[in-house]
Amino acid sequence: MTADELASELAQAFPSDSNDLARLHARLTSAAQRDGILDVAYRTVDSPVGPLLLATTEAGLVRIGYASEDHDAVLQSLADRISPRVLNAPSRLEAPARELGEYFTGRRRSFDLPLDWRLAAGFRRAVLSHLPEIGYGQTASYAAVAGLAGNPRAIRAAASACATNPLPIVVPCHRVIYSDGRIGNYLGGPEAKRTLLSLEAAA
Amino acid sequence: MTGKQPFEAVVARHGTTVLRVCRAVLGPADADDAWSETFLSAMRAYPDLPEGANIEAWLVTIAHRKAIDVTRAAARRPLPLAQTPDGATGAGADNPGQAVGLGIGSDLADAVAKLPAKQRQAVAYHYLAGLPYADIAAIIGGSADAARRAAADGIAALRRAFPGATKEPTHERRGQ
Repeated sequence: MTADELASELAQAFPSDSNDLARLHARLTSAAQRDGILDVAYRTVDSPVGPLLLATTEAGLVRIGYASEDHDAVLQSLADRISPRVLNAPSRLEAPARELGEYFTGRRRSFDLPLDWRLAAGFRRAVLSHLPEIGYGQTASYAAVAGLAGNPRAIRAAASACATNPLPIVVPCHRVIYSDGRIGNYLGGPEAKRTLLSLEAAA
Repeated sequence: MTGKQPFEAVVARHGTTVLRVCRAVLGPADADDAWSETFLSAMRAYPDLPEGANIEAWLVTIAHRKAIDVTRAAARRPLPLAQTPDGATGAGADNPGQAVGLGIGSDLADAVAKLPAKQRQAVAYHYLAGLPYADIAAIIGGSADAARRAAADGIAALRRAFPGATKEPTHERRGQ
Protein backbone atom coordinates (compact mmCIF):
# COMPACT_ATOMS: atom_id res chain seq x y z
CA MET A 1 0.00 0.00 0.00
CA THR A 2 1.46 3.34 -1.03
CA ALA A 3 1.46 6.46 1.09
CA ASP A 4 -1.20 8.00 -1.14
CA GLU A 5 -3.44 4.95 -0.81
CA LEU A 6 -2.94 4.95 2.93
CA ALA A 7 -3.82 8.65 3.11
CA SER A 8 -6.96 7.99 1.10
CA GLU A 9 -7.95 5.02 3.34
CA LEU A 10 -7.44 7.19 6.41
CA ALA A 11 -9.47 10.04 4.92
CA GLN A 12 -12.33 7.58 4.36
CA ALA A 13 -12.00 6.24 7.90
CA PHE A 14 -12.40 9.78 9.26
CA PRO A 15 -15.07 11.28 7.04
CA SER A 16 -15.97 14.95 6.95
CA ASP A 17 -18.92 15.93 4.80
CA SER A 18 -20.64 19.19 3.92
CA ASN A 19 -23.36 18.67 6.57
CA ASP A 20 -20.69 18.38 9.26
CA LEU A 21 -19.00 21.52 8.03
CA ALA A 22 -22.27 23.47 7.78
CA ARG A 23 -23.15 22.54 11.37
CA LEU A 24 -19.69 23.46 12.65
CA HIS A 25 -19.67 26.69 10.62
CA ALA A 26 -22.95 27.78 12.25
CA ARG A 27 -21.51 26.98 15.67
CA LEU A 28 -18.35 28.97 14.88
CA THR A 29 -20.39 31.94 13.69
CA SER A 30 -22.45 32.15 16.86
CA ALA A 31 -19.41 31.65 19.11
CA ALA A 32 -17.46 34.34 17.21
CA GLN A 33 -20.37 36.73 17.53
CA ARG A 34 -20.76 35.95 21.25
CA ASP A 35 -17.05 36.69 21.76
CA GLY A 36 -17.18 39.90 19.73
CA ILE A 37 -14.65 38.79 17.10
CA LEU A 38 -16.97 38.58 14.09
CA ASP A 39 -15.77 41.90 12.66
CA VAL A 40 -17.45 41.57 9.26
CA ALA A 41 -20.50 39.36 8.57
CA TYR A 42 -21.80 38.90 5.04
CA ARG A 43 -24.35 37.13 2.93
CA THR A 44 -25.63 37.29 -0.63
CA VAL A 45 -29.20 37.93 -1.76
CA ASP A 46 -30.78 37.55 -5.19
CA SER A 47 -32.35 40.64 -6.70
CA PRO A 48 -33.65 42.03 -10.03
CA VAL A 49 -30.21 43.63 -10.47
CA GLY A 50 -28.37 40.36 -9.88
CA PRO A 51 -26.88 38.78 -6.77
CA LEU A 52 -25.94 41.37 -4.15
CA LEU A 53 -23.31 40.96 -1.47
CA LEU A 54 -24.35 42.51 1.87
CA ALA A 55 -21.73 43.07 4.57
CA THR A 56 -22.13 44.45 8.07
CA THR A 57 -19.95 45.41 11.02
CA GLU A 58 -21.07 45.85 14.61
CA ALA A 59 -21.87 49.47 13.68
CA GLY A 60 -24.16 48.66 10.77
CA LEU A 61 -24.37 47.85 7.09
CA VAL A 62 -20.97 48.71 5.60
CA ARG A 63 -21.02 47.44 2.01
CA ILE A 64 -23.37 46.35 -0.74
CA GLY A 65 -21.57 44.79 -3.69
CA TYR A 66 -22.79 44.11 -7.23
CA ALA A 67 -21.75 40.92 -8.98
CA SER A 68 -19.97 43.10 -11.56
CA GLU A 69 -17.61 44.21 -8.79
CA ASP A 70 -16.68 40.52 -8.16
CA HIS A 71 -17.89 39.49 -4.70
CA ASP A 72 -14.62 37.74 -3.86
CA ALA A 73 -12.73 40.94 -4.63
CA VAL A 74 -15.17 42.93 -2.47
CA LEU A 75 -14.68 40.50 0.44
CA GLN A 76 -10.91 40.75 0.03
CA SER A 77 -11.10 44.54 0.16
CA LEU A 78 -13.23 44.33 3.33
CA ALA A 79 -10.59 42.03 4.85
CA ASP A 80 -7.88 44.53 3.88
CA ARG A 81 -9.67 47.71 4.94
CA ILE A 82 -11.67 46.59 8.01
CA SER A 83 -10.56 43.21 9.35
CA PRO A 84 -9.78 39.74 7.98
CA ARG A 85 -12.17 38.29 10.59
CA VAL A 86 -14.88 37.88 7.96
CA LEU A 87 -17.53 35.13 8.01
CA ASN A 88 -20.56 34.24 5.92
CA ALA A 89 -23.25 34.79 8.57
CA PRO A 90 -26.70 35.31 7.00
CA SER A 91 -28.47 35.66 10.35
CA ARG A 92 -26.56 38.89 11.03
CA LEU A 93 -28.05 40.42 7.86
CA GLU A 94 -31.71 39.56 8.18
CA ALA A 95 -32.91 43.18 8.44
CA PRO A 96 -31.04 44.49 5.37
CA ALA A 97 -32.06 41.42 3.34
CA ARG A 98 -35.71 41.93 4.34
CA GLU A 99 -35.73 45.66 3.58
CA LEU A 100 -34.09 45.14 0.18
CA GLY A 101 -36.67 42.45 -0.60
CA GLU A 102 -39.44 44.92 0.27
CA TYR A 103 -37.79 47.62 -1.86
CA PHE A 104 -37.51 45.37 -4.90
CA THR A 105 -41.18 44.40 -4.65
CA GLY A 106 -42.22 48.05 -4.45
CA ARG A 107 -43.33 47.88 -0.82
CA ARG A 108 -40.54 50.05 0.62
CA ARG A 109 -39.56 53.60 -0.35
CA SER A 110 -36.82 54.32 2.17
CA PHE A 111 -34.46 52.28 4.28
CA ASP A 112 -34.36 52.19 8.03
CA LEU A 113 -31.01 50.55 8.70
CA PRO A 114 -27.97 51.47 10.80
CA LEU A 115 -25.16 52.31 8.36
CA ASP A 116 -21.41 52.11 8.90
CA TRP A 117 -19.91 54.90 6.78
CA ARG A 118 -16.26 54.02 7.36
CA LEU A 119 -15.59 53.16 3.71
CA ALA A 120 -16.44 56.71 2.59
CA ALA A 121 -14.52 59.76 3.80
CA GLY A 122 -14.37 63.52 3.41
CA PHE A 123 -16.34 65.23 0.68
CA ARG A 124 -17.40 61.92 -0.82
CA ARG A 125 -19.02 60.96 2.46
CA ALA A 126 -20.69 64.37 2.67
CA VAL A 127 -22.15 63.86 -0.81
CA LEU A 128 -23.37 60.34 -0.02
CA SER A 129 -24.94 61.36 3.27
CA HIS A 130 -27.19 63.81 1.37
CA LEU A 131 -28.38 61.33 -1.26
CA PRO A 132 -31.31 60.02 0.81
CA GLU A 133 -32.76 63.55 0.48
CA ILE A 134 -33.52 62.75 -3.17
CA GLY A 135 -36.92 61.18 -2.79
CA TYR A 136 -38.03 57.79 -4.06
CA GLY A 137 -38.82 57.97 -7.78
CA GLN A 138 -37.05 61.35 -8.14
CA THR A 139 -33.73 62.18 -9.75
CA ALA A 140 -31.17 64.93 -9.18
CA SER A 141 -28.21 66.18 -11.19
CA TYR A 142 -24.61 65.78 -10.14
CA ALA A 143 -24.48 69.58 -9.82
CA ALA A 144 -27.47 69.61 -7.48
CA VAL A 145 -25.92 66.88 -5.36
CA ALA A 146 -22.63 68.80 -5.17
CA GLY A 147 -24.68 71.76 -3.96
CA LEU A 148 -26.42 69.66 -1.30
CA ALA A 149 -22.97 68.75 0.01
CA GLY A 150 -22.04 72.44 0.21
CA ASN A 151 -19.91 72.90 -2.91
CA PRO A 152 -22.01 73.36 -6.08
CA ARG A 153 -18.90 73.55 -8.27
CA ALA A 154 -17.56 70.15 -7.19
CA ILE A 155 -19.50 68.29 -9.87
CA ARG A 156 -16.68 65.95 -10.74
CA ALA A 157 -16.11 65.11 -7.07
CA ALA A 158 -19.83 64.46 -6.63
CA ALA A 159 -19.78 62.08 -9.58
CA SER A 160 -16.75 60.36 -8.13
CA ALA A 161 -18.52 59.99 -4.77
CA CYS A 162 -21.45 58.30 -6.50
CA ALA A 163 -19.13 56.05 -8.50
CA THR A 164 -17.49 54.78 -5.31
CA ASN A 165 -20.60 54.55 -3.14
CA PRO A 166 -20.00 51.59 -0.78
CA LEU A 167 -23.75 51.27 -0.09
CA PRO A 168 -25.56 51.47 -3.44
CA ILE A 169 -29.37 51.16 -3.53
CA VAL A 170 -29.69 51.90 0.22
CA VAL A 171 -27.77 55.16 -0.36
CA PRO A 172 -29.51 56.03 -3.63
CA CYS A 173 -26.74 57.14 -5.98
CA HIS A 174 -28.82 55.64 -8.80
CA ARG A 175 -31.06 58.74 -8.52
CA VAL A 176 -28.23 61.00 -9.63
CA ILE A 177 -28.09 61.62 -13.40
CA TYR A 178 -26.70 64.23 -15.79
CA SER A 179 -28.62 67.48 -16.03
CA ASP A 180 -29.19 66.81 -19.77
CA GLY A 181 -31.04 63.59 -18.87
CA ARG A 182 -28.26 61.12 -19.70
CA ILE A 183 -28.29 58.36 -17.14
CA GLY A 184 -24.57 58.34 -16.43
CA ASN A 185 -22.37 55.61 -15.11
CA TYR A 186 -23.20 53.25 -12.28
CA LEU A 187 -21.04 50.78 -10.41
CA GLY A 188 -23.63 48.06 -11.01
CA GLY A 189 -23.70 48.96 -14.71
CA PRO A 190 -26.10 51.35 -16.54
CA GLU A 191 -28.63 48.54 -16.98
CA ALA A 192 -28.93 48.13 -13.20
CA LYS A 193 -29.38 51.88 -12.83
CA ARG A 194 -32.18 51.87 -15.41
CA THR A 195 -33.83 48.91 -13.65
CA LEU A 196 -33.84 50.73 -10.30
CA LEU A 197 -35.17 53.98 -11.80
CA SER A 198 -37.98 52.23 -13.67
CA LEU A 199 -38.85 50.18 -10.59
CA GLU A 200 -39.25 53.40 -8.63
CA ALA A 201 -41.13 55.12 -11.44
CA ALA A 202 -43.64 52.26 -11.64
CA ALA A 203 -44.31 51.83 -7.93
CA MET B 1 -2.73 46.17 -1.41
CA THR B 2 -3.93 42.65 -0.76
CA GLY B 3 -3.38 41.16 2.68
CA LYS B 4 -4.85 38.17 4.42
CA GLN B 5 -7.76 36.43 2.80
CA PRO B 6 -11.12 36.62 4.61
CA PHE B 7 -11.31 34.08 7.45
CA GLU B 8 -14.29 32.50 5.68
CA ALA B 9 -11.87 31.31 2.99
CA VAL B 10 -9.64 29.75 5.66
CA VAL B 11 -12.60 27.79 7.04
CA ALA B 12 -13.68 26.74 3.55
CA ARG B 13 -10.20 25.62 2.56
CA HIS B 14 -9.08 23.88 5.77
CA GLY B 15 -12.26 23.00 7.69
CA THR B 16 -12.53 19.50 6.25
CA THR B 17 -8.92 18.53 6.94
CA VAL B 18 -9.00 19.87 10.49
CA LEU B 19 -12.19 17.92 11.20
CA ARG B 20 -10.60 14.68 9.91
CA VAL B 21 -7.55 15.35 12.08
CA CYS B 22 -9.70 16.03 15.16
CA ARG B 23 -11.66 12.84 14.53
CA ALA B 24 -8.50 10.77 14.12
CA VAL B 25 -6.78 12.21 17.18
CA LEU B 26 -9.79 12.39 19.52
CA GLY B 27 -12.48 10.10 18.19
CA PRO B 28 -15.82 11.28 16.83
CA ALA B 29 -17.49 12.31 20.11
CA ASP B 30 -15.06 15.09 21.02
CA ALA B 31 -14.00 16.11 17.52
CA ASP B 32 -16.72 18.77 17.14
CA ASP B 33 -15.63 20.52 20.33
CA ALA B 34 -11.98 20.47 19.29
CA TRP B 35 -12.79 21.76 15.78
CA SER B 36 -14.93 24.59 17.18
CA GLU B 37 -12.33 25.61 19.75
CA THR B 38 -9.61 25.46 17.09
CA PHE B 39 -11.33 27.76 14.61
CA LEU B 40 -12.60 30.16 17.27
CA SER B 41 -9.10 30.48 18.68
CA ALA B 42 -7.60 30.78 15.18
CA MET B 43 -10.09 33.49 14.23
CA ARG B 44 -9.22 35.46 17.35
CA ALA B 45 -5.50 35.34 16.54
CA TYR B 46 -5.84 35.61 12.74
CA PRO B 47 -5.20 39.36 12.38
CA ASP B 48 -1.82 38.91 14.11
CA LEU B 49 -0.74 35.85 12.10
CA PRO B 50 2.39 36.80 10.11
CA GLU B 51 1.94 37.21 6.37
CA GLY B 52 2.94 34.11 4.47
CA ALA B 53 2.57 31.77 7.46
CA ASN B 54 1.67 28.14 6.67
CA ILE B 55 -2.01 28.25 7.63
CA GLU B 56 -2.56 24.48 7.66
CA ALA B 57 0.40 23.88 10.01
CA TRP B 58 -0.81 26.77 12.19
CA LEU B 59 -4.33 25.30 12.40
CA VAL B 60 -3.05 21.81 13.19
CA THR B 61 -0.84 23.27 15.92
CA ILE B 62 -3.89 24.91 17.50
CA ALA B 63 -5.97 21.75 17.01
CA HIS B 64 -3.25 19.72 18.75
CA ARG B 65 -3.43 21.96 21.83
CA LYS B 66 -7.23 22.01 21.79
CA ALA B 67 -7.32 18.21 21.53
CA ILE B 68 -5.18 17.99 24.66
CA ASP B 69 -7.57 20.39 26.45
CA VAL B 70 -10.60 18.40 25.32
CA THR B 71 -9.00 15.12 26.43
CA ARG B 72 -8.21 16.56 29.86
CA ALA B 73 -11.76 17.85 30.21
CA ALA B 74 -13.11 14.45 29.16
CA ALA B 75 -10.90 12.74 31.78
CA ARG B 76 -12.50 14.90 34.47
CA ARG B 77 -16.00 13.91 33.44
CA PRO B 78 -17.70 10.99 35.25
CA LEU B 79 -16.66 7.67 33.73
CA PRO B 80 -18.95 5.65 31.54
CA LEU B 81 -19.72 2.29 33.16
CA ALA B 82 -17.83 0.33 30.54
CA GLN B 83 -14.57 2.03 31.34
CA THR B 84 -11.98 0.79 33.78
CA PRO B 85 -10.85 3.10 36.59
CA ASP B 86 -7.41 3.24 34.96
CA GLY B 87 -8.96 5.12 32.07
CA ALA B 88 -9.61 8.09 34.30
CA THR B 89 -6.01 8.79 35.17
CA GLY B 90 -4.76 9.82 31.77
CA ALA B 91 -4.95 6.67 29.70
CA GLY B 92 -7.75 8.42 27.86
CA ALA B 93 -5.20 10.49 26.00
CA ASP B 94 -3.70 7.29 24.66
CA ASN B 95 -6.95 5.66 23.73
CA PRO B 96 -9.60 8.10 22.60
CA GLY B 97 -11.96 5.63 20.99
CA GLN B 98 -12.26 3.72 24.20
CA ALA B 99 -12.09 6.75 26.43
CA VAL B 100 -15.33 8.03 24.98
CA GLY B 101 -16.82 4.55 24.90
CA LEU B 102 -17.14 4.36 21.14
CA GLY B 103 -16.66 1.20 19.20
CA ILE B 104 -18.39 2.40 16.05
CA GLY B 105 -16.76 3.52 12.86
CA SER B 106 -14.55 1.65 10.48
CA ASP B 107 -12.04 -0.99 11.53
CA LEU B 108 -9.28 1.35 10.47
CA ALA B 109 -10.67 4.15 12.65
CA ASP B 110 -10.76 1.72 15.59
CA ALA B 111 -7.19 0.68 14.92
CA VAL B 112 -6.09 4.34 14.82
CA ALA B 113 -7.88 4.95 18.12
CA LYS B 114 -5.84 2.18 19.72
CA LEU B 115 -2.48 3.65 18.73
CA PRO B 116 -0.38 5.39 21.39
CA ALA B 117 -1.00 9.17 21.31
CA LYS B 118 2.30 10.18 19.64
CA GLN B 119 1.88 7.62 16.86
CA ARG B 120 -1.74 8.59 16.31
CA GLN B 121 -0.84 12.27 16.15
CA ALA B 122 2.10 11.69 13.80
CA VAL B 123 -0.06 9.56 11.49
CA ALA B 124 -2.92 12.09 11.49
CA TYR B 125 -0.73 15.15 10.97
CA HIS B 126 1.30 13.53 8.19
CA TYR B 127 -1.25 11.42 6.34
CA LEU B 128 -4.42 13.47 6.87
CA ALA B 129 -3.05 17.03 7.11
CA GLY B 130 -0.06 16.40 4.83
CA LEU B 131 2.45 18.13 7.11
CA PRO B 132 6.16 17.39 6.74
CA TYR B 133 7.83 15.70 9.72
CA ALA B 134 9.76 18.83 10.67
CA ASP B 135 6.45 20.67 11.20
CA ILE B 136 5.04 17.69 13.10
CA ALA B 137 8.07 17.63 15.40
CA ALA B 138 7.50 21.29 16.19
CA ILE B 139 3.92 20.45 17.17
CA ILE B 140 4.34 17.23 19.17
CA GLY B 141 7.91 17.77 20.42
CA GLY B 142 11.07 15.81 19.70
CA SER B 143 13.00 15.62 16.45
CA ALA B 144 11.76 15.25 12.89
CA ASP B 145 13.29 11.77 12.85
CA ALA B 146 11.38 10.84 15.99
CA ALA B 147 8.15 12.09 14.38
CA ARG B 148 8.92 10.06 11.26
CA ARG B 149 9.56 6.94 13.40
CA ALA B 150 6.33 7.51 15.35
CA ALA B 151 4.37 7.67 12.10
CA ALA B 152 6.14 4.60 10.71
CA ASP B 153 5.49 2.64 13.92
CA GLY B 154 1.87 3.74 13.81
CA ILE B 155 1.46 2.66 10.20
CA ALA B 156 3.10 -0.70 10.96
CA ALA B 157 0.68 -1.23 13.85
CA LEU B 158 -2.27 -0.29 11.61
CA ARG B 159 -1.15 -2.83 9.00
CA ARG B 160 -1.01 -5.51 11.69
CA ALA B 161 -4.32 -4.56 13.28
CA PHE B 162 -6.28 -3.80 10.14
CA PRO B 163 -5.94 -6.50 7.48
CA GLY B 164 -7.50 -4.29 4.81
CA ALA B 165 -4.50 -2.01 5.04
CA THR B 166 -2.09 -4.81 4.19
CA LYS B 167 -2.06 -5.08 0.45
CA GLU B 168 1.25 -6.84 0.06
CA PRO B 169 1.24 -7.25 -3.74
CA THR B 170 0.89 -3.49 -4.22
CA HIS B 171 3.42 -2.91 -1.53
CA GLU B 172 6.00 -5.24 -3.10
CA ARG B 173 5.42 -4.16 -6.67
CA ARG B 174 6.02 -0.54 -5.80
CA GLY B 175 9.10 -1.50 -3.84
CA GLN B 176 8.14 0.53 -0.84
